[in-house]
Amino acid sequence: MTDVPAGSAMAQADAASRTVPATRTRPQKPLRLKWLVPTLYIIFLMLPIYWLVNMSFKTTNEILSGISFYPANFTTDSYVEILTNPVWYWGYINSITYVVLNTILSVCVALPAAYAFSRYRFLGDKHLFFWLLTNRMAPPAVFALPFLQLYSSVGLFDTPFAVALAHCLFNIPLAVWILEGFMSGVPKEIDETAYIDGYSFPKFFVKIFMPLIASGIGVTMFFCFMFSWVEMLLAKTLTSVQAQPIAGVMTRTASSSGYELGLLAAAGVLTIIPGAIVIYFVRNYIAKGFALGRV
Amino acid sequence: MTKTYNNKAWFLVLPVLFLVAMNAVIPLMTVVNYSLQETFGDNLFFWAGTANYEAVLSSERFHTALLRQFIFTFTILAIEIPLGVAIALAMPKSGPWASVCLVLMALPLLIPWNVVGAMWNIFSLPDIGLLGWSLNSLAGAISSLLNLPPDQALTFNYTNQIGSAWFVVILMDVWHWTSLVVLLAYAGLRSIDDAYYRAAKIDGASRWAVFRYIQLPKMRQVLIIAVLLRFIDSFIVYTEPFVLTGGGPGNATTFLSIDLVKSALGEFNLGYAAAMSVIYFLISLFVCWLFYTLMTQSDAKREYEQ
Amino acid sequence: MAKITLDHIRHAYATAPRGEDTQYALKELNHDWTDGGAFALLGPSGCGKTTLLNVISGLITPTEGRILFDGEDVTHLPPEARNIAQVFQFPVVYDTMTVADNLAFPLRNRGVPADKVKSRVADILDMLDLTGLADRKAHSLTADLKQKISLGRGMIREDVSAILFDEPLTVIDPHLKWQLRSQLKKLHRELSTTMVYVTHDQTEALTFADKVVVMLAGEVIQVGTPEELFSQPEHTFVGYFIGSPGMNVIPVTIDGVHAKLGEHTVDIGGAVDAPASAQMALGVRPEYVRLGDEGLAFQVDRVDDVGREKIVHGRISGNKVSAILGEDDTVPTDPKATFMPQGINVYANERRVEVRR
Repeated sequence: MTDVPAGSAMAQADAASRTVPATRTRPQKPLRLKWLVPTLYIIFLMLPIYWLVNMSFKTTNEILSGISFYPANFTTDSYVEILTNPVWYWGYINSITYVVLNTILSVCVALPAAYAFSRYRFLGDKHLFFWLLTNRMAPPAVFALPFLQLYSSVGLFDTPFAVALAHCLFNIPLAVWILEGFMSGVPKEIDETAYIDGYSFPKFFVKIFMPLIASGIGVTMFFCFMFSWVEMLLAKTLTSVQAQPIAGVMTRTASSSGYELGLLAAAGVLTIIPGAIVIYFVRNYIAKGFALGRV
Repeated sequence: MTKTYNNKAWFLVLPVLFLVAMNAVIPLMTVVNYSLQETFGDNLFFWAGTANYEAVLSSERFHTALLRQFIFTFTILAIEIPLGVAIALAMPKSGPWASVCLVLMALPLLIPWNVVGAMWNIFSLPDIGLLGWSLNSLAGAISSLLNLPPDQALTFNYTNQIGSAWFVVILMDVWHWTSLVVLLAYAGLRSIDDAYYRAAKIDGASRWAVFRYIQLPKMRQVLIIAVLLRFIDSFIVYTEPFVLTGGGPGNATTFLSIDLVKSALGEFNLGYAAAMSVIYFLISLFVCWLFYTLMTQSDAKREYEQ
Repeated sequence: MAKITLDHIRHAYATAPRGEDTQYALKELNHDWTDGGAFALLGPSGCGKTTLLNVISGLITPTEGRILFDGEDVTHLPPEARNIAQVFQFPVVYDTMTVADNLAFPLRNRGVPADKVKSRVADILDMLDLTGLADRKAHSLTADLKQKISLGRGMIREDVSAILFDEPLTVIDPHLKWQLRSQLKKLHRELSTTMVYVTHDQTEALTFADKVVVMLAGEVIQVGTPEELFSQPEHTFVGYFIGSPGMNVIPVTIDGVHAKLGEHTVDIGGAVDAPASAQMALGVRPEYVRLGDEGLAFQVDRVDDVGREKIVHGRISGNKVSAILGEDDTVPTDPKATFMPQGINVYANERRVEVRR
């Protein structure tokens, strides 16, 4: 290397040093404000919940008398009413019963089906998969009335089984879809090795395959739980008194005993809690789970 | 992954097929059956042919409900998708704050839909709801600032103002569902290897170029899922707006599902409601198919060109 | 192009405790890397070579010391301000862009005029034999083609201070590896940019670099040409690590101009300076071990025929020693080993000491 490249190198060093101040400040500027975006969003998310909680600790009189940002006469009457009145707490028990039934049922039947879709080609497989997914697109309002007739005719009306079965309409396709995504991420060689080692299909599936996609099963259960827990139109339509879900109790209360906002708010707060508990348990899988195993 | 051709796989699918078919085919047949008949009560049915379908398709009420539905769906898509992506980009990548964000953001997704409606109903009440009260105070302040006469003063009341009702319904949907987009986009972003960001830095890429050429392509797959899910769910939405506004004021927020339930249960016009159900289902299927094809077509075209 | 100066660089990761006995991932380094040279950082995994590369690229700010490009202190500059290019272990391509756009990206970001971008991209495409793929989208290409694009993006800018390669051939098929390596060597001759190449593969390092920097446990133990590493390993590790099979290291005691090995004596040709307590050893490459009728008794364990030559594994006074014989040579029935004088190195506590002849 002689003078010429050395000279040009110096020119570049000079150029590099000139760009220094700009590049130095650039990465710091957005960093300072970046945290504001999620923070503001979370505040926005929490405001209605705060208001609901605030209402639930007020007396009806205080609620109706005007705006106040915290309960002046703090009362837990609404919660006491809900937790001691069987109409109310049976609403919760009924809801949780059909949600759990549906989650178990959906995952159990979706597991082998998802395996079939992820590992085999068979006559009409693509059409079948698409048809399954179309049921996710069916408006529940379309099915409300026919469901009522169907489950009345088989004598399941007003039982948790009716709701658990009806929710299969959208939860099974979803479960198959999510599980298929996770299963496709498991190399096929594992299956083949297991068969060579003399495992039968059921033993392989339960002992080897299911542990491999354990997080996928967890995520699927979370989604089934979530969509069954939040769906209320079918749940309300398919029940009347015996198996009435919490939503049904809430609407009935709202119409029969006037406008008891405090009671309604407390009931609402109590429906948020199971969801919050479930989220807490799956918090480490949320990111991957929401990508449905497809990232 | 190469798959083996084996028709025995059908046995694995049978339980799913049975359960879903029971829930999908029988009710759908019932609906189609009703849609072809006319009833005057007392369980007396007459063959009506396509009369119900013609009635639905030529109904002014159906047209406006459909239009309302599309406006609602596209508005919330236009807000939630960019907003969700922006929030995901600004979120911490890892560490305890990322977990806090995820947990808090997922919370609205697990609240029963009627509770969401009820919560926003309480939250937006003009005089005793936080949102309603704040907006009314703000409107009052602006009115006095502009010196508007009392009869023209700005107010907020979603029970009797169409604009206010739409505002609350859309805000509620944004509140309820943007997190889904955030979580999907976040999952997409997490899958990007750090080397890409380093390479982009060394290549002198601007923040925009990083987004355009690294982050967006990697999020594409999950964003398709996000758009499809949000489209489907907003297109068949019923519970939240019904609890919040009951479809009112007037019919201003009567979306397709609400209209359907009104005619089926409220007016017991079964044939008409059934025909509407079938048309409704077909429209949502068609638009989903259209969306999906449009979004995956460019991919297929790219593969084909090579 | 630039000279890279490492001025008393030391680095400890944040988790390690500071103080006297700090565990440095990178022990004190003091080096000048000349402008336009091709350097290889060679060492086993975890030896600190990637840490050193990250210090140079600016991803890591060293705990102590300065790093200078052409005398300019860049220690605290971020990577984008250091005017360097880097090629990563796994291909990093912009999936949605064409091959040509991928190559043009670093130039366009710096506002290079369009016609100049075009001619430069054409040059690089030509050098890498990618011209036919210029308009293909990058995402559909195979891993080695993608890595070629990454290499091309690293070399597209003519004005960079240095190009850093972080084990760039890991994902490439063996037969393409060889091809890409010779292409890289050719490119270095054409561009004469300072290049730093990190690898754990001695063949890659020795064929690519003018100077190889051998690292062990966070320390640079030798900087030298491939020839120097071969004939005069400064550390027994270098002897082991480079060459196949590695250098024979035989513990001995030194007595004047002789090394004592059991009952045998080897003439080392001169006296050495070493503390009396030092662990002394002879280092002799298998290439310099001759098997014949006289010398040290050599007990044969195994003979590997590797095609061009035979590798004889055996023992001298219980110490493992291997020797390389020509393909046509035969192993004597009662072999005796001799060491060729030019191939004898003397080590005190693993470090090479000069023999005063």
